[in-house]
Amino acid sequence: MRSDEKGMTLIVKTITRLTVGLILLYGIYIVLHGHLSPGGGFAGGVIIALSFINLMLAFGKETALKKLSEAWVSTIESFGALMFLTIALLGFTGGYFFFNFFLNKGKPFTLFSAGIIPLCNIAISLEVGAGLFAIFAVLALYNGSRKKE
Amino acid sequence: MSVYILCLVLFCVGLHCVLRKRNIIKIIIGLGIIEYAVNLFFVLTGYRAQGRAPILARDQEILNMVDPLPQALVLTSIVIGLAVTALIVAIAIRIYEKYGTFDITQIRRLRG
Amino acid sequence: MTLPIFVIIPLGAAFLISLLGKRVKYVADILANLGALSLFTFSLYSIVSISTKGVIVYKMGGWMPPIGIAMVLDGLTVFMLVTVNLVSLVVTLYSVNYMQKYTDKWKFYTLFMLMLAGMNGVVITGDLFNLFVFLEIASIASYALVAFGTEAEELEASFKYAVMGSVASTFVLLGIAILYSYTSTLNMADMSLTLSRGASGYLVNFVAVLFLMGFGLKAALVPFHAWLPDAHPSAPAPISAMLSGVLIKSLGVYALARVLYNVFGMNIVFSNILMFLGALSMMVGVLLAIAQFDLKRLLAYHSISQIGYVVLGLGLGTPLGILGGLFHLFNHSIFKSLLFLNSGAVEYAAGTRDLNSMGGLNQKMPVTGATSFIASMAIAGIPPFNGFFSKLIIIFAAAEAGRMGYAFSAVVASILTLASFMKVQKLAFFGTLNESLEKIKEVPLLMRLSMIILALICVAGGLLIVPFFRTFLQSAVDTLLSGKSYADAVFGAIK
Repeated sequence: MRSDEKGMTLIVKTITRLTVGLILLYGIYIVLHGHLSPGGGFAGGVIIALSFINLMLAFGKETALKKLSEAWVSTIESFGALMFLTIALLGFTGGYFFFNFFLNKGKPFTLFSAGIIPLCNIAISLEVGAGLFAIFAVLALYNGSRKKE
Repeated sequence: MSVYILCLVLFCVGLHCVLRKRNIIKIIIGLGIIEYAVNLFFVLTGYRAQGRAPILARDQEILNMVDPLPQALVLTSIVIGLAVTALIVAIAIRIYEKYGTFDITQIRRLRG
Repeated sequence: MTLPIFVIIPLGAAFLISLLGKRVKYVADILANLGALSLFTFSLYSIVSISTKGVIVYKMGGWMPPIGIAMVLDGLTVFMLVTVNLVSLVVTLYSVNYMQKYTDKWKFYTLFMLMLAGMNGVVITGDLFNLFVFLEIASIASYALVAFGTEAEELEASFKYAVMGSVASTFVLLGIAILYSYTSTLNMADMSLTLSRGASGYLVNFVAVLFLMGFGLKAALVPFHAWLPDAHPSAPAPISAMLSGVLIKSLGVYALARVLYNVFGMNIVFSNILMFLGALSMMVGVLLAIAQFDLKRLLAYHSISQIGYVVLGLGLGTPLGILGGLFHLFNHSIFKSLLFLNSGAVEYAAGTRDLNSMGGLNQKMPVTGATSFIASMAIAGIPPFNGFFSKLIIIFAAAEAGRMGYAFSAVVASILTLASFMKVQKLAFFGTLNESLEKIKEVPLLMRLSMIILALICVAGGLLIVPFFRTFLQSAVDTLLSGKSYADAVFGAIK
């Protein structure tokens, strides 16, 4: 009898091994180009979280949690939110909350432009990605522990 | 005008689901349909005639753009809906563990 | 002054507690109490700064409103800030000891600080969608806090509250979407200018009904009150005090008053509807409360009734009516929080919420008994406590406006409230000590301290109404009465 907790079939595991790194890379691309094309922090963070959830679905909870343990996830989430708040507070140096204090802002079509927006996107993606993975890990983990009794 | 009426019809479908279904999971899905309907309505109010996506491209000349502000607001609203759905699903799982059923007519210990 | 400080401090405290709370031992308590204390001092400072500088507008990020988000500090905002931060300071002091009985105190403090950030944000913002975002932050934190003990009944109450609250928020979002598509701006001051310029026909009435449904559910007005008697008793006692004391006022009554008075402009139809709903809430709340024997459920029904008083006062629209309504809002925050903290103290010491199994607690818990007596006298409207003065002002205002029926119903509701709290005092505190309660002791120091602070404010609010409070309330009343000239005040204050 196939034990259900070890993940899915061999085909799914092989394809996941090939594609999960590409999904993570795609998510990072959407986060970094958030000020030039649609996407940004939220959408990119969700895709990054989905790459880890893909690992969890294909290989089972233990393997995915070995890659990214629960304590780390909670730390990354709080750290992302605090980084966002720090960037906003650093705007006080320009005189206002959330002020855009970097040098080159507003050159169209270049990657290193638009002031604090890419930094905010990175912070948001850390928080949203870690949060979504934590939610999924807690819900999946909880169901498993109840089934054991 | 007809698209707005259809959005309100979708909202009423979701509301009927929240009000009349007995399974907790169906109530959660109805709540999701309500949120989709309102977000869709909000985005559709931004449409301008002959408008294009509000993104500057290096090689094209864009004359009319649709309104970009509702798109940003709906992004926030979708994330809020995600947070509420995650919380309600976690509560529903724990309710199943404590009460043993998903039927809301059986989950009525608080009354009066 | 920098207005975002009211949102930065609780958000920073929440995420710092979430990062450090389970590693270092007492950091959650210290950070939360420091945060609440600093917020309270800033809100007191804002009273001073508004009396010297007038309306203060803060542009977020330096962007000029109506393109940018503006935060506005005027009389009503200062009034709500002081109320919210005062009650939250006392509740954080109380929950240092009370939450020892639950696991994971740092999770409680994180959610509590997020709820506080949401409430402060709703009050200081001048932008309608920003108000919706902060409203959702506070609401989601409160759904999680109601379910904090994860007993079966708490989960059921939290599920009901969450579903009903989410549907109400979608009504509010629908209203904001329709308003945005008509006026193409989100700033409240600009929106009121645009709405008064053109004839919008049925649109303002439709959106006002949507907002009444949405914010009315958050404020627990009577057709939309069904979540409150389940949610408020199930929460831990400090959270019940916060929910009943400030959340339903900051998210419900304040938002409704701001939108109806300053953005739409009050007319006779809205006024009649608000007065009718207020009177209905008064009567239904107190009639359902008389039959209760669960202490916290009885207090929750009385919350519905007292919010009816506030909405009746605000709906009258006359200067005296609005003064009575806002003063009763402040008083209700103080004495309802005190009553919920007392019920929490009784539960902490005696382990029960059922009135039939309590008796003679005055002998064993003198501080709790005395403060509970003061709060019961205040809510029933006995002089010289603060509840008497605010109810008197509302009844006078209703009689002065010629609405004798509403004044009479307010008097009847007050008499029934007195009867209900006589029952509570007799069954719980006076009388002979129940045998099962022989070994209980008085609650720890911080819980006693927070209850004594609130009781002192109850007494002081009654005695000091004329000299000090009158100016404090009058600026709030003037802001609401100025109606659409809120827009001129805001645009005049932007540099």
